[in-house]
Amino acid sequence: MDIHEHQAKEILARFGVPVPPGALAWSPEQAEYRARELGGGPCVVKAQIHSGGRGEAGGVRVCKSPDAAREFAAALLGRTLVTRQTGERGRSVDRLWVEAATDIAQEMYLGFVLDRKSERIMIVASRHGGMEIEDLAETDPDSLVRMVIDPATGLVEYQARELAFALGLTGPQVAQMVQVVRACYRAYRDLDATMVEINPLVVTGAGDLIALDAKMSFDTNALFRRREVAALRDRAQEDPRESYAHDHGLAYVGLDGDIGCIINGAGLAMATMDMIKIAGGAPANFLDIGGGASPERVCQAFRTVLTDPKVKVILVNIFAGINRCDWVAEGVVQACRTLDLKVPVVVRLSGTNVEEGRRIVRESGLPLVTADTLAEAADRAVAAREPVAA
Amino acid sequence: MAIIIDETTPVIVQGMSGRIGRFHAQEMIEYGTRVVGGVTPGKGGTEVLGRPVFDTVRQAVGETGAEASLLFVPPPFAADAMMEAADAGIRTAVCVTDGIPAQDMMRVKRFLRRYPRERKMRLIGPNCAGVISPGRGFMGIMPPHIYKEGRVGIVGRSGTLGYEAASQMQALGLGVSTSVGIGGDPINGSSFRDILELFEADPETDAVFMIGEIGGPQEAVAAAYVKEHMTKPVVAFVAGLSAPKGRQMGHAGAIVSAFGESAQEKVVILEDAGITVAPNPSVMGETMARVLGHRAAA
Repeated sequence: MDIHEHQAKEILARFGVPVPPGALAWSPEQAEYRARELGGGPCVVKAQIHSGGRGEAGGVRVCKSPDAAREFAAALLGRTLVTRQTGERGRSVDRLWVEAATDIAQEMYLGFVLDRKSERIMIVASRHGGMEIEDLAETDPDSLVRMVIDPATGLVEYQARELAFALGLTGPQVAQMVQVVRACYRAYRDLDATMVEINPLVVTGAGDLIALDAKMSFDTNALFRRREVAALRDRAQEDPRESYAHDHGLAYVGLDGDIGCIINGAGLAMATMDMIKIAGGAPANFLDIGGGASPERVCQAFRTVLTDPKVKVILVNIFAGINRCDWVAEGVVQACRTLDLKVPVVVRLSGTNVEEGRRIVRESGLPLVTADTLAEAADRAVAAREPVAA
Repeated sequence: MAIIIDETTPVIVQGMSGRIGRFHAQEMIEYGTRVVGGVTPGKGGTEVLGRPVFDTVRQAVGETGAEASLLFVPPPFAADAMMEAADAGIRTAVCVTDGIPAQDMMRVKRFLRRYPRERKMRLIGPNCAGVISPGRGFMGIMPPHIYKEGRVGIVGRSGTLGYEAASQMQALGLGVSTSVGIGGDPINGSSFRDILELFEADPETDAVFMIGEIGGPQEAVAAAYVKEHMTKPVVAFVAGLSAPKGRQMGHAGAIVSAFGESAQEKVVILEDAGITVAPNPSVMGETMARVLGHRAAA
């Protein structure tokens, strides 16, 4: 789960990371007021959306005066920003962060991630910052410093010190860096983050460290014990199809194609999408209906898939282990009858109670297309997109 | 003996008193698995399915001689239950639970390293379908009838895609020695490599089918192991060809976040190691049959 920059800065500041003074603005007038509060000098107005690459998309600007801040805010609020990370849907800007301008002497990179190879929290840092870490890894891989943290001891202070020296910091900056690294680590650990990124971490003209940007993501599996984090969810930043699915407990990812997918199991769902692609089609979504799918849940999955107006055909592919094909079949029949379906439905059932499931589909009298294998199911779904010539 | 479980392995179920634990324990018993008891804190002294229930894993091991444990423990308590099993002397634990926080798994993996190799518990999962040695026994939630007895090992992250592979093989007359689900989480107990090592050493396995997916380094690590150490043929499939970068596809671990983690890149890495990769998921069985046929003819 992602949060906004201003939320990440508030959290990290609480753990001891220095951040520039700033405040939220929901309107142009408020942006002007915030700029005056900050002293009336130059300030930075930053669009708050769940995406990187805001600067190059026109979502961040240094404003010389409170009036300039108001004008920029008026142009930005309500707009949809398309960055290189958002896809064409973009993200709408409903709030801005207004921050005192910082005198920058050097930009660095500091990130904390879950390293799947060592199965530990890993620190990644570079004396160069301000660009994406992927680009940094290509342009100057030698500048990257990596360090893993043993969960039994947590971060040990010498590691933070080594990191500071490796980045070329000297004098009081070393102690400041140790504080920043410890604060980020504690925030990561205590709040079940999956990513903490300060990019850039800046050395000011006066020689002090300060976090100019901040990004945090959290482990959704841990939200049950992190209520304060769960409360930071911003639905306006989500794909509405995904919000709807999430609210109904379905794992769903919206994609760009027109074949709606209802499948059980993440691996089978991905494999079915692959098969659709090989058959010449494109999936509209990933949807894993999970184990123990009742007819009601299947019906809910249909509603979720149909929130996408691009969907021209629905493919149901179930390999029942703990699921039961007869229940799934009943759900399909129920969905077709109650939802006034305008699109063809292809059904492939396999596994537990498959005969009973197939009988229910056959005897329903509904124009359902059936398939026995994965390949057949994909081929028939692709073919069903086009209306059959009379 | 196939790997990990056979008809003699004494198994306990942690969380057997719950609805789901009881249901699957019953299926396991009906299949012939040697389920010797269960553990539910606070329910010690009761019975479920004619088996004794204990308060602690240590008591269960002491009273029944259990060597393996299957965990149906809710996410907030699952890490604790895994560590309890490891400390009580369980040899193999299989955790089905989906939704365990990643930092809990980090702690579990670190905890397991406290024990010397000969006493260290083998953990499989979490977020997996379990382990089955067809005709002998199983620990998990899979439908056992789709597995024919035979000599091909299966190892995969996904439960249902593993079922798909097993049933495609069954349709072609190919049977399975053991099928292992290692689970869809970013941090899991056993890797592809760990399971491949067991299959390589198992006299009852002739070849292995490996089902990978997007995300993480474990397919690449397995490829290097196959190239250096395996004499048995390995056939693979990697799911997620059409998955966009940076999006989590259902499994917590199924997300492309670094170089070499996309399906396309993994296919190249596996093929470079001499592994035959099924071009699409509907020919997993066929590809295995072809590879075995070639070998028989050679």
